[in-house]
Amino acid sequence: MAGNEMVEFRWHGRGGQGVKMACLMLAEVAGQQGKFVQGFPEYGPERMGAPITAYDRISEERCNIHSFIYFPDYVIVVDETLIDSVDVTGGLKEKGAVLINTPSAPEDMRSKLRGWKGKIYTIDARRISEEILGQNFPNTPMLAAAVKVSGVLEPDRFLADIEKSFQYKFAAKPQVIAGNMATLKKSMEEVQAG
Amino acid sequence: MSKMIRAKDINEQTAWQDLTPGGEIYEPGTARLFNTGTWRTDTPIFHEKECKHCMLCIPFCPDSAIPVKDGKRLEFEYMHCKGCGICMEVCPFPAITMVSGGEPK
Amino acid sequence: MITCLSGNEAVAYAIKQINPDVMGAFPITPSTEITEYVATYVCNGEINTEFVPVESEHSSMSVCIAAQAAGARAVCATSACGLALMYELLYVASSSRLPITLACVNRALSGPININNDHSDSMGARDAGWIQIYAENNQEAYDNFIMAMPIGESPEVRLPVMTCMDGFITSHSVENIELLDDELVKNFVGEFTPEHYLLKKENPLSVGPYDLSAYYMEHKVQEAEAMKAAKARILTVAREFEKISGRKYDLIEEYRMDDAELAVILIGSSAGTAKAAVDMLREKGIKAGAIKIRVFRPFPGEELAKALANTKAVAVMDKSEGFSANGGPLFAETRSALYDLKDRPYLINLVYGLGGRDVKTGDFEMIFERLAGIIKSGETGPVYSHMGHRSKEAIL
Repeated sequence: MAGNEMVEFRWHGRGGQGVKMACLMLAEVAGQQGKFVQGFPEYGPERMGAPITAYDRISEERCNIHSFIYFPDYVIVVDETLIDSVDVTGGLKEKGAVLINTPSAPEDMRSKLRGWKGKIYTIDARRISEEILGQNFPNTPMLAAAVKVSGVLEPDRFLADIEKSFQYKFAAKPQVIAGNMATLKKSMEEVQAG
Repeated sequence: MSKMIRAKDINEQTAWQDLTPGGEIYEPGTARLFNTGTWRTDTPIFHEKECKHCMLCIPFCPDSAIPVKDGKRLEFEYMHCKGCGICMEVCPFPAITMVSGGEPK
Repeated sequence: MITCLSGNEAVAYAIKQINPDVMGAFPITPSTEITEYVATYVCNGEINTEFVPVESEHSSMSVCIAAQAAGARAVCATSACGLALMYELLYVASSSRLPITLACVNRALSGPININNDHSDSMGARDAGWIQIYAENNQEAYDNFIMAMPIGESPEVRLPVMTCMDGFITSHSVENIELLDDELVKNFVGEFTPEHYLLKKENPLSVGPYDLSAYYMEHKVQEAEAMKAAKARILTVAREFEKISGRKYDLIEEYRMDDAELAVILIGSSAGTAKAAVDMLREKGIKAGAIKIRVFRPFPGEELAKALANTKAVAVMDKSEGFSANGGPLFAETRSALYDLKDRPYLINLVYGLGGRDVKTGDFEMIFERLAGIIKSGETGPVYSHMGHRSKEAIL
C-alpha cells in the first residue's frame, strides 16, 4: 500500500455466499495489523441468492466518511453470474483491478465487463473450496486472492493473523481451521493476472 | 439526598419543589388519610341488634369502610364510606338501612 | 485495548462490562445483535444479568420499568417499530423518573416498510422525556453507553437515557475501536444506589400513582427541570470520562467552526462524511465548518446559537421528515435557538438520508455551494426542501 492512500474494496456476491463475512474478516485482520478500517455490508432484499454488496476501507488514518464506496480501487466478484446483471466495474478506478471467481482466464472475462480496460484477475474459488473443504464456500479463497492482488496486507502476516481469528471463531469446531487455511494458501498461489 | 416527603405533608397547595419525584409515595396505606366520606349523599345505618355477623358486607364494601374486630362487625368508618349502598343490598338481614343525606342519623 | 468491532458489538461489549441487573429482550433489525450478544454472555456465565425474553417491545420496556423501580439497573435495545411499540412505556419510564438505558439503533419507522437507517424512530420519541445522545461511529456508541448511567442515575437528573447509533452504517460496520479495561468501566459506572426502590423493605414505596390535575403539572415541571439539569450533568460526566479514556465529548461537536462562514448541522454517522467534505473545501480556501449534534435531548440551544453566531449561511440537515410542512425537527430546534441572535445567518433545512438513502462527500460539496450562493445573492430560496431523491425538478 503506497503511502497514506486509502484503499477501497467493493465486494459483489449473493446472499448466503459469505460475502459479508469475508468483507468483515478483511477489515478485522487489517485492523489487527494497525490499519484503520471500515468493513460494512449494504443490505438489500436480505434473501439467499439476492445480489449483495459489501465494502472495505483500509488506510493509515482514521476514515470518517460513512458513505458507500462509489470509486473503489478493487472490485471482488464472488459470483460470476452477477456480471450479467450488475455493472461490477462501475466506478472502478482506472488503476484498480477486478478479481473474479471463475474457472476462466482473465482475458476471457474482459468481453463481459462492459468496456473495462484495466486489470483483471481470476481465481477458481469454487474448485479450490470444493477440493479442499468438500463444499462450495467461495468467500475464504476470494479473501486470500483479494489480499494477494491488492497487496494491502503482507500475505504471510495475513495468513498468521487470520489463523488466530479462525481459532477464536471456530473454537467449537477446530477441525475446519486446517481446511480453511489450506484454501487461503492455495488461492494465493493460484490467482491469475490478466 | 432529598428529605423524605410524607403524604400527610403534601396537598394541593404544595409547590413542585416540595413534591416527591414522579409522585412516588414513600409509605403504605396513604389512602387512609383521604377523607372520601365527604362524597356521601346517602348514608348507611348499622342496626347492631339485627346483625348476625355473617361478614357478607365486608368484602363487598369497595372502600374497606366496615371494620371487623374479634369476629364482630363494628360500626361504619364514615371517613371512608361513600354511601354507595352495596352493603345494604347484600345484607340478608335488616341490619343495614340507608338514609338520605351525608349524616348518619 | 484496540480492536475492531461493529457498533452493535461495541454496545454489547459495554453492557458486558457494566453487567446490568436486568435486560428486557426482544429482537428487531438492526439492533438484534446487541440482544443476541448479551444472551451469549449470559449463557456463557460471563455476566449475571437477568435476561428476560418477552413477546414484544411493549413488554421489554415494561420489564425494564418494573426492574428499575424495584432497584435494579435495567437495559434494553431496540429499533424503529420496536421503539414505536414502546411509545407509551417510554413516557411511563421518564415520568416515573426511572433511569433505564436503551440502545436505540436508528432505523426508518414504517412505512413503507424499510429496515435501513434514518432517525424517524428516535425523533418520534423526542418528546418522551428521555435524554437522547447520538453517536457518529462505533467508538462513540460504546462511549455514550458507558456514560449513560452516570448521567441518568444522578439524583438531580433521574431520567432514562437513549443512546442512538445509525442502523447498519454504524451498527453493522466493523471499525477500529479502543475499549476500556473492565475494571475502569466498572468503577466509572459504579453501583446503582437509588434512595428509594420497591425492594427496600424498611420503606414501602408506591411508583406511578394516578396523578390528579392538581399535581400533574407540578410533576411535569419537575421532569422539565431534571432535563435542564441533565445538561450540566452530561458535561460533568464527559469530563470524568475524558480522564479515563482521553476522549473528549461535549453537547455538540464543532468541526473547523472557528472562522467558518458556511456550516452544516447534522446528527450521527453523516457528520463524519460532512467533516471529510469540510476538509476538502478548506483546502480550496472555502470557510466551511460542521456542527454535530451529539445531545438532542436536552437540546443544546444556547451552545448552538453561540457556535453559529459568526456564520453567514447554515444548512440544517434532518434525517427524519417530521411532516410539519415547515421543516424537520432539528431545523425547528435550531431556528428557535437562533432567534435571539442579533445577526442571524441565513438558514435552510434539508431533509436527507431517509430509509438508508446514502449521503456522500459530493452531496456536502453541493450543499456548501448552495450556501455560498445564498450569501452572494442574499436570497435563501426554498427554506425547507429534500435532497438525494429523484425529481423532475432541480434539487439543491
